[in-house]
Amino acid sequence: MSDTTAQAATKSRPWRQRIDLPVVTAFGCIVILLAIGSLYSPNFLSPEYLLQQLKVGAFLGVIATGMMLVILLGQIDLSVPWTVTLGAMMASAAVSWGPAGEVFAIPFGVLCGIAIGLVNGIGVAYLRIPSMIITLAVNAVAQGLMVAYTGGFAPQDSASAAMKVLAAQSTFGVPHAVLVWVVVGALAVFMLTRTTFGRAVYGIGNKEVAAYLSGVPTQRVVMIAFALCGGLAAFGGVLLAGYAGKAAQSMGDAYLLPAIAAVVLGGTSILGGRGSYLGTVAGVILITLLQSILSVMQIAEFGRQIIYGVVIIGMLLLYGRSGKVSS
Amino acid sequence: MKDWRFWFNEQRGTLLALAIFIVMFGFYVLNHPAGFTANVVQTAANKGVLLALVAMAQTFVVLTAGIDLSVGMVFILCNCLASYVIVGSPLMVAGGVLAVVLTGAVCGAVNAAIVILGRLQPIVATIASGAVFFGVALWLRPFPGSDPTFSSDLADALTGKVFGVIPASLIFLAATVVLIWIPFRRSVSGRTVYAAGSSEVAAFMSGMPIRRAKFLAYVLSGVFASFAGLYLTFFTYSGEASAANGNTYTLYSIAAVVLGGVSLFGGRGSAIGAIFGALAFRAIGDLLFVFEIDPLWQPLFQGIVLLLAVSVGAARLFQVRNRLDLFG
Repeated sequence: MSDTTAQAATKSRPWRQRIDLPVVTAFGCIVILLAIGSLYSPNFLSPEYLLQQLKVGAFLGVIATGMMLVILLGQIDLSVPWTVTLGAMMASAAVSWGPAGEVFAIPFGVLCGIAIGLVNGIGVAYLRIPSMIITLAVNAVAQGLMVAYTGGFAPQDSASAAMKVLAAQSTFGVPHAVLVWVVVGALAVFMLTRTTFGRAVYGIGNKEVAAYLSGVPTQRVVMIAFALCGGLAAFGGVLLAGYAGKAAQSMGDAYLLPAIAAVVLGGTSILGGRGSYLGTVAGVILITLLQSILSVMQIAEFGRQIIYGVVIIGMLLLYGRSGKVSS
Repeated sequence: MKDWRFWFNEQRGTLLALAIFIVMFGFYVLNHPAGFTANVVQTAANKGVLLALVAMAQTFVVLTAGIDLSVGMVFILCNCLASYVIVGSPLMVAGGVLAVVLTGAVCGAVNAAIVILGRLQPIVATIASGAVFFGVALWLRPFPGSDPTFSSDLADALTGKVFGVIPASLIFLAATVVLIWIPFRRSVSGRTVYAAGSSEVAAFMSGMPIRRAKFLAYVLSGVFASFAGLYLTFFTYSGEASAANGNTYTLYSIAAVVLGGVSLFGGRGSAIGAIFGALAFRAIGDLLFVFEIDPLWQPLFQGIVLLLAVSVGAARLFQVRNRLDLFG
């Protein structure tokens, strides 16, 4: 199943002749995880199970796409948790405004996310506030907005029909969520490899001064990247709300660390400038499979946390090490 | 004359945090129904000291140009452990305290090993190690609670008032500064941490003991997180493996450090600034409480005040001298 997404990503970047070590290792780890899982239960290799995993992974995949854009710039977005929740809640809220709200639910949720992302982007690009700080504070503001809006309880609004169709249903056995991820992924690959915007993102991640002196409008690119990240996080939230039927308080909390981990495990440098979308796909599948295997094996929560952390450190030690300090 | 200006420039962040704190706390006390009494100060100090200790823990790592996203989880782990071992006779309590501090130091050493020997980026490595620490905390305390023979003598002594006026928690905080921070700051390792935070390559070229200094910084970070964990146990008499609590303290510690004038790029700032940053951050929260804002709107106002305070403190736009400087 991962092959279809993988091929879609590979085809659009035929120029990349050299084998990408982190991506290969990440896919190797996926195979090992599947092997371990199949030893435990033969169901693990059934198409139904794998499709189910891809469906669960699609939500993380959409969110991680935005996170990857920002990490490629050498920045980070810690406002993802409440941007996800805000997207879900605003989309559900739009539904309660009547028939027009039903139509505009998804765009409205995503737009709210873009607005959050724009605040982040303006802070980082124009005010030069370190991204870790501004996104952290914006996360607190988004949380405050949602608590004030909902009164601290889970909102009563439910997801629109379109959201449910997009996130929870499937055609010919293929979940729509996976198709959504494929579309988002294809657009991301096109943007990163075929447009000047994508080139600029890699350039800024390597050295912003150099990109600026080469005539790249770096501030605008950074701002747009953050806006896209916010929009994608909110879109992930919209899908999650569709999947669960409604939005919930702090539904996004579980997505910040996995999104960062997925991007980094996929070989994208946390310092920016290096990384391919194929790697992020691998990272997302890796994280999703790992979580799934740990829960299928019925390991207690504490054991899951420990194994989760150790596996991530272990895999990073395999290929995520930075160079030595010398000369 | 010149010396004075250098000193002022170096301490600008700390002084700014101190000023913010005094203004915020002054407002708080003036509007508090009870006014400026020992009890009001004690309550505020006890709330502030937890965050101050975690922020100091964060400072050690941030000075090396790293970041410790596991600091909240070490704090929670030590809280859970302390709820088991602070029991029995004074001697046993002392042993328990030592065990908790050692655990914190080991957590710091694990982070140090991953970052220094494993050469992983601190931000990712500590996210993962934080999950491990939280797992251990959850294993210790699947449900919130404490040992039935929990000894509250030390807890009461360290959270009460000395001579009926000065909060003991503030004295403890001052003691950590005098006994740990200042000696560290003046040691070769301390200097090296600042040097490595400013430019690791330059520090390496100058033959400074980078690895040793970084290791010490991470271990001290773990030790301070364990102090905070102990203090949380002293306040609550119990341990709770709460992921939300751990994450909140991690994030707040970053905010406090920034408010306190410590540069996230490393090599600038001090733990004393971080203390005032933490106290100021807490005062912001208390301020909203005193003004009786609808509790539902409190998180929003707190978020906006945080956004403004932190943005003004950290925006480099106001410090650049030319356009290229902006991208440096």
